[in-house]
Amino acid sequence: MDTIVCLKQVVDPELPQWDFAIDPATKRQVRMGKPLVISTYDENALELALQLKEKTGGKVTALTLGPQGEVKDAVRLALAMGADEAVVIDDPQSPQRLAADKASVLAAAIKRIGRFDLVLTGCESADWVERAMAPFLAEALGAACVTFISRAESRDGALSVRRTSEEGFQTVDVRLPAVLSVTSDEAIRPRLPKVKDIMAAMRKPVANWTRADLGAEDAGGAKGVEVKDVSIPERTTKVEFLEGEPAEQAEALVARLRALKIL
Amino acid sequence: MPGILIVASALEGSMGRSSVELTGAARNLAGPLSLPMSAALVGQGRGIGQAVETLQQYGVQTVYRCEHPALTPGQSDAVLAALDLVVTKAQPELVLISADTVGREVAPRLAYRLRAALATEVMSLAVDGRAVMARRQVYGGRAIATLEVTARPAVISVKPRAFDVPQPQPVRGTVEEISLTIDPEALPTRVREAQSERAEVGLDDAQVVVGGGRGVGGPEGFKLLEELAAALGGAVGSSRPPADEGWVPITWQIGQTGKSIRPNLYVAVGISGAAQHVAGVSGSRTIVAINKDPEAPIFSLAHYGIVGDFRQVVPALVAKIKAAKGA
Ligand SMILES: Cc1cc2nc3c(=O)[nH]c(=O)nc-3n(C[C@H](O)[C@H](O)[C@H](O)COP(=O)(O)OP(=O)(O)OC[C@H]3O[C@@H](n4cnc5c(N)ncnc54)[C@H](O)[C@@H]3O)c2cc1C
Ligand SMILES: Nc1ncnc2c1ncn2[C@@H]1O[C@H](COP(=O)(O)O)[C@@H](O)[C@H]1O
Repeated sequence: MDTIVCLKQVVDPELPQWDFAIDPATKRQVRMGKPLVISTYDENALELALQLKEKTGGKVTALTLGPQGEVKDAVRLALAMGADEAVVIDDPQSPQRLAADKASVLAAAIKRIGRFDLVLTGCESADWVERAMAPFLAEALGAACVTFISRAESRDGALSVRRTSEEGFQTVDVRLPAVLSVTSDEAIRPRLPKVKDIMAAMRKPVANWTRADLGAEDAGGAKGVEVKDVSIPERTTKVEFLEGEPAEQAEALVARLRALKIL
Repeated sequence: MPGILIVASALEGSMGRSSVELTGAARNLAGPLSLPMSAALVGQGRGIGQAVETLQQYGVQTVYRCEHPALTPGQSDAVLAALDLVVTKAQPELVLISADTVGREVAPRLAYRLRAALATEVMSLAVDGRAVMARRQVYGGRAIATLEVTARPAVISVKPRAFDVPQPQPVRGTVEEISLTIDPEALPTRVREAQSERAEVGLDDAQVVVGGGRGVGGPEGFKLLEELAAALGGAVGSSRPPADEGWVPITWQIGQTGKSIRPNLYVAVGISGAAQHVAGVSGSRTIVAINKDPEAPIFSLAHYGIVGDFRQVVPALVAKIKAAKGA
């Protein structure tokens, strides 16, 4: 199974609130000086790809679109985790781009990489959360599509995947080639590379391409959708702490809930 | 007829609340843009006739009804094939889809096919001139983005439960039958099996929700929370760690990746209050937090705070609630 995993680099989404700010010029999160990480679910996607490779063989390629100077750590981590090679598409503007725009570039890169059975993405990026990349890529590549999966098993040249749904889980049979988006699950916790893996990663091939190489033109703000404003909502609630022993705290809360007619 | 097309789904044999919410979402646009509202009703089963009536009750003028045995839960490829036919016929300016399991796959794919603009996971809609202003959470709920959608056609996916069920607005509408011919065997994806983890009281519609976090420590701790939820007549949910650890079903997860809820009362137990969790509960009317750490960020969101160990606080609360109800 040859798999391409799309990795996005984001500002660490778990930074505390006080460290979060919007740059009025770009209308995006301030990146300067903040720790950058591989977007949460993309690491799960990579882990799933590596597990599939361990069972069925094949090659895992990490693919990322980002400002070339920034993505080195992400690429090195992906290779150290076990990806066989990496492709970096340099695009200093990519943190501002929407999924529709990025999908055309990623699809062009995937076509240039050539052979693949599977493309994996995260179910949502930790920062912009469009949840749109996998379906876009599936259309652009003429592949099958299932999103929010957490398990995949190879079966007679096809895949059986587990998709999260409103009610629980669905087992879905998928033909290849397919584009799948991956959510989290205990079975696909990203592995931690060992020192020898980190050393081995230094020798793995990394291809550096540009948007121009791929013939992807600048859509200049994805087709009739513009980000007009990004603002941090103000919280105005003021908490009332209920003091005392647990029984007194409970009594006080019950009184409040009664006053609110919740009880 | 160019207008606003909502995607009403009756894949389970009857139409659910999310489809009615879409009529409410569409009303924010239909009036100001003077556009008629139509619906693509996709599904199968006996409930579909009732669904037509419901849609007309909520102001849908034209129902494009597409019935096929392959239009079952999770069958995105079949839904997409049905929508291909409906949009060819209806030529909508705007398509509104619920961002549920099927919708989040179908919306971008339809946008791609129509060369349409796309806005996903939208939580509020307004009009500015001819532009649709769509607001959604970004950065794990830390910020709200306003997208200006000027292109037509445009596809907009709407977060379930972000819009209320609107007041009825009955119209006498028309129904157009759309006949879909597909071979389910030929579809690239096929739902083989579904496993339901739905609780007795569903999280989406509960007026009271008790959410447990990593601080609850394990499945035994959640037993206490279930007692509290039962006493309050509500449902139990969780932050991400308990769902990831398998202490609770994944369907219980609330937050950016999990469900968005807007109950009357949300009780957060052993939850620190990370942005990605708060993203799913900030619409709750009243929020109570129980946490042993007085500095936990959840207290900056809560109306009432109890600092303490939930193992003592929750049983005390259950006892007091029962006593209050008995009185
Ligand atoms: C892209 C992305 C998406 C995410 N999506 C979601 C999502 O949908 N939902 C979600 O919840 N999270 C989500 N997260 C994770 C989120 O960032 C936090 O890591 C998570 O919400 C923390 O869960 P928690 O509060 O239960 O655990 P912790 O942060 O570990 O907090 C545990 C709390 O329990 C308290 N505690 C411990 N013991 C006790 C006790 N005995 N009594 C009382 N209190 C006690 C502690 O003081 C602490 O405040 C997402 C993260 C990312 C990056
Ligand atoms: N710049 C990028 N480079 C590589 N993959 C990306 C990029 N942006 C988004 N993706 C992929 O698309 C997924 C979904 O992103 P989104 O549609 O923004 O929620 C991410 O989890 C990544 O796998």
